[in-house]
Amino acid sequence: MGIDHESLVAFAKTFGLIYLVVMFLISVAYAFWPSKKGEFDRAARSVLDDEEGPCR
Amino acid sequence: MISNLTVETRQAALATLGLCAFVGLLMAVAGAGEAFGAHGAIVLLASLGLFLAVLRQLDEPEPPVSRLRSYYDDPIKVGIILAMVWAAVGMFFGLWVAYLLAWPDLTFDTPWASFGRLRPAHTTAVIFGFGGSALIATSFHVMQRTSRARLAGEFSPWFVLIGYQLFVILAVTGYLMGINQSKEYAEAEWYADIWLVIVWVTYFVLYIRTLARRNEPHIYVANWYYMAFILIVAVLHIFNNIAVPVSWGGSQSYILWSGVQDAMMQWWYGHNAVAFFLTAGFLGMLYYYLPKRAERPIYSYRLSILSFWGIVFFYVWAGSHHLHYTALPHWVQTLGMTFSVMLLVPSWATAANALLTLNGAWHKVRDDATLRFMMVAAIFYGLTTFEGSFLAIRGVNALSHYTDWTVGHVHAGALGWNAILIFGAVYAAVPVIWRRERMWSNRLIEWHFWLAVMGTVVYVFAMWNSGILQGLMWRTYTDAGTLQYSFIDSLLAMNPYYIARAVGGTMFFVGTLLGILNIWMTIRQAPEAHLAVDHPTSPDGETGERSVPAE
Repeated sequence: MGIDHESLVAFAKTFGLIYLVVMFLISVAYAFWPSKKGEFDRAARSVLDDEEGPCR
Repeated sequence: MISNLTVETRQAALATLGLCAFVGLLMAVAGAGEAFGAHGAIVLLASLGLFLAVLRQLDEPEPPVSRLRSYYDDPIKVGIILAMVWAAVGMFFGLWVAYLLAWPDLTFDTPWASFGRLRPAHTTAVIFGFGGSALIATSFHVMQRTSRARLAGEFSPWFVLIGYQLFVILAVTGYLMGINQSKEYAEAEWYADIWLVIVWVTYFVLYIRTLARRNEPHIYVANWYYMAFILIVAVLHIFNNIAVPVSWGGSQSYILWSGVQDAMMQWWYGHNAVAFFLTAGFLGMLYYYLPKRAERPIYSYRLSILSFWGIVFFYVWAGSHHLHYTALPHWVQTLGMTFSVMLLVPSWATAANALLTLNGAWHKVRDDATLRFMMVAAIFYGLTTFEGSFLAIRGVNALSHYTDWTVGHVHAGALGWNAILIFGAVYAAVPVIWRRERMWSNRLIEWHFWLAVMGTVVYVFAMWNSGILQGLMWRTYTDAGTLQYSFIDSLLAMNPYYIARAVGGTMFFVGTLLGILNIWMTIRQAPEAHLAVDHPTSPDGETGERSVPAE
């Protein structure tokens, strides 16, 4: 069986939808996971003093 | 700068440059009398010039080991200067093209000064010369600071920076000589493309190796954007440029793809050059320099992560909106259109995140033109992404496609977002990298700011008017069912807007020259700053061993 136009469309409409929704859910879960808050807050502040730095 | 390299690195540089000079010689001989041979001569002379510069300092003493405890900023300095040189060169070509469109006699009857050759020279010099050099230089800055680690290696940063310059020089000079593979934003021929792959893979490896040595537990989000930029541009570049050269001694090649597949590949590449070169990489710049300059952490770090995944996963599907009403299957066009509209969500989330970061720092925006550059860039990012989603809709595209509206849209992005963000980032980075208290003249930055913003506004409004007028004239029918206006009618109607566009471009160009003057004077004359410590360290305070490259 060759890859024809119809089967490509069917693949895009099923798998394409599923994998984008799953990607979205994983991204949301990672970004908003409650225990990650501290790590992200720290990372956001980390750029503010990188020149003279925490090394003092 | 060469004497800051170890003797071993200097020897590696000599070997590499010698090899490049040899390849250049072969190219010059094989293509003697043709443009390919001229490119060989360029490769040969550039390699030999650098070879002699390194050779003259080969016997200088080794640099002190203590240098390994500080950031490696020499390549960043050279990168920033090269970016500004390309800005002047590329915008000069752009101005020339703008005046040429208003006054078509400016080609002086020479082939190299025709629109078809000057235009790719302009786009390549500004996007890849100016934008690309600025991306490489700022990424070296950002990856070191956010990782609190020195660049991994002393040779590869130079290889990436200088090698990339060679690619852009080959591209721009090639277009003027008539070498062009007729792919928009990828006009360079096969040998330049292969060279860019080598440079780009080295860039990616350098980035990964520097991150691997980081003294921070979390990889800051700016690095994610830079990494996406490097990785996806590599993939795009390779697939879009798979070509078979006609001979090893000539510039011509045939692309592997044909017909509508080639068009699809071209715009998958073309739109993602916008998405990853001009968006993802520049968002990396924004996420570092904006919070840093405003002295406030990004408004929502979590939102920045979510928008990252949104942008990288939506953008790769959007390219087919360039091919509405073509032989491309209808559903593929609709797919591209849908993803382009969806893209508005992560794009505006990003723009809002940047602007909300400034909440509470608006007095700084008022007083500090450098920060104001970044704020205006974020606003233009929001405007341009909205316009882009809108133009991707089939019905709107029917009016806008092939008109100056597209040109206006591109320049709202390229001037208002990319160039203005680079200027903000450069004004923020130059005093830090050259250890100066501040830029030489704040008044010049103010002048540059207003010239750049007003120039962009004049340009974009001129092209909006011209484009919509042009689109409407092309689709106006008489009662008899014939076209009301001839093509030349629409050309004459556009002429005043073309003159306005050239005026806007001139303002922008003058601002850029003021910026170059200011940077030059800062390097030469501004008072030195004494930063207390400038070492890569661990967050706990003691100097981290992982930050120091192995001897």
